Amino acid sequence: MKKGPVVIVECFQEIPCNPCETSCPRQAISVGDNINALPQVDHHKCNGCTVCVSRCPGLAIFVIDVAYSDAESAVTMPYEFLPLPEKGDLVAALDREGKECCRAKVIKVVNTKAQGKTPLVTLAVPKGMETDVRSFKLAS
Amino acid sequence: MTNTDFLIIGGGPAGLMAALSASEFGLEPLIIDENQAIGGQLIKQTHMFFGSKAERAGTRGFEIGLELEQEIGKRSIRIERQASAVGYYPDGTVAVLQNEKVTPLKPKAVLVATGASENFVSFPGSDLPGVYGAGAVQTLMNVYGIKPGHRVLMVGSGNIGLIVSYQLMQAGVQVKAIIEGLPKIGGYLVHASKIARAGVPILTRHTILNALGEDMVSGAVISKIDDKWQTIEGTQQTLEVDTICLAVGLSPLTELLWQAGCQMNYIPELGGQVAWHDDLMMTTVPGIFTAGDVTGIEEASTAMLEGELAGLGAVKFLKGDSKDLQSRINDTACRLAGLRAGPFGQKAREGKCKLAECKR
Repeated sequence: MKKGPVVIVECFQEIPCNPCETSCPRQAISVGDNINALPQVDHHKCNGCTVCVSRCPGLAIFVIDVAYSDAESAVTMPYEFLPLPEKGDLVAALDREGKECCRAKVIKVVNTKAQGKTPLVTLAVPKGMETDVRSFKLAS
Repeated sequence: MTNTDFLIIGGGPAGLMAALSASEFGLEPLIIDENQAIGGQLIKQTHMFFGSKAERAGTRGFEIGLELEQEIGKRSIRIERQASAVGYYPDGTVAVLQNEKVTPLKPKAVLVATGASENFVSFPGSDLPGVYGAGAVQTLMNVYGIKPGHRVLMVGSGNIGLIVSYQLMQAGVQVKAIIEGLPKIGGYLVHASKIARAGVPILTRHTILNALGEDMVSGAVISKIDDKWQTIEGTQQTLEVDTICLAVGLSPLTELLWQAGCQMNYIPELGGQVAWHDDLMMTTVPGIFTAGDVTGIEEASTAMLEGELAGLGAVKFLKGDSKDLQSRINDTACRLAGLRAGPFGQKAREGKCKLAECKR
């Protein structure tokens, strides 16, 4: 966790699904033979590459990097709304209930064919907020 | 329109997969569908599907529809669009209406994969323009590119209510709230979470009392309810909305199966009256098969596998058994059981068990 980016899978119900397992280039996520089982992450194998984030049909996977800087952590999330933010934008970060919890800066936006129309947005958030921030609102 | 040995009524996920699996073993099915675009509900599904690679998980529904259509184009499978099966006659004739002309077809095997229709709830004002079924909202947005309104109340928190709410938000429509009568959210938590973190409240134990408006919807009055579904006085609130979207369940579309004289059974876990069927989806009338939502409300992924089984069942019925066929059947049945093995498959599992015991 302290070393750098690592995946957080927020998938808490046994639903028949395993693209996280099959998309991971390092076999760090396993679901197993019962496709309804919850995904298990081997954090020693995960390097936070973000491939699984766009592949999760439930948009339930995030990558956090607590080593981003001294004061900030980075949170990468799937974002399927328009307009897409741009690198450098300041946004209002939202928690799991949609409540504003802090300000954040957009540090990366990835939207190539590989993301399959689920772009990835990475926010820099104040240290400690990486466990709360799961969405954002463009500043109006 | 020319005759066929294997007629598939309904070009949704179940019907298309049945055509593909049957054609693997040499049948040349004819698919009829009442719509211009084939794919059934798939054409409106902009979200990625769950499941495994074999069920095309991670692919968006409309893309699955296009992929299936392409595969069908490479095989000896015919499709007749804007063609409806309007009657089944005792001698096995299916009347097909297309271009105001009825053609009698007499296939040796038939798959009824007609899907389901949406349930409705009535309340004062439910006849006002602006009250839609979730299917209509999806069709307007995702097929025709038309916003159904600006501010929406969603009734129902099953997967359809959650997914259509998300799609409305993606289209720039404000979803004021999702209300649910039951004490907990019906659909997948991952779908609910996407909506919640974007700031839309999901209110469980809430119901709609009435719609406001003279010529069209201008608001909705909702209220908390107790565990006997009685409204709790003093909890009413008015939401300013121009659209009320109902996502309150589906019922199998079984008319043809009734006409064909299939044994029908009322199985609440499957969504209502469904036809008894065996392991290969054959009903009590030899040669008549059923698959997808018409034989129990589930997900598109299970509909596809049921369709596959029905197609293989038709092969067995028309051409007899073989080792290859049996191993293909076993594989599909195994994948279907796998998809239903989790807690969300419990209702379907129980329903199918009950149905199996109903054979007279």
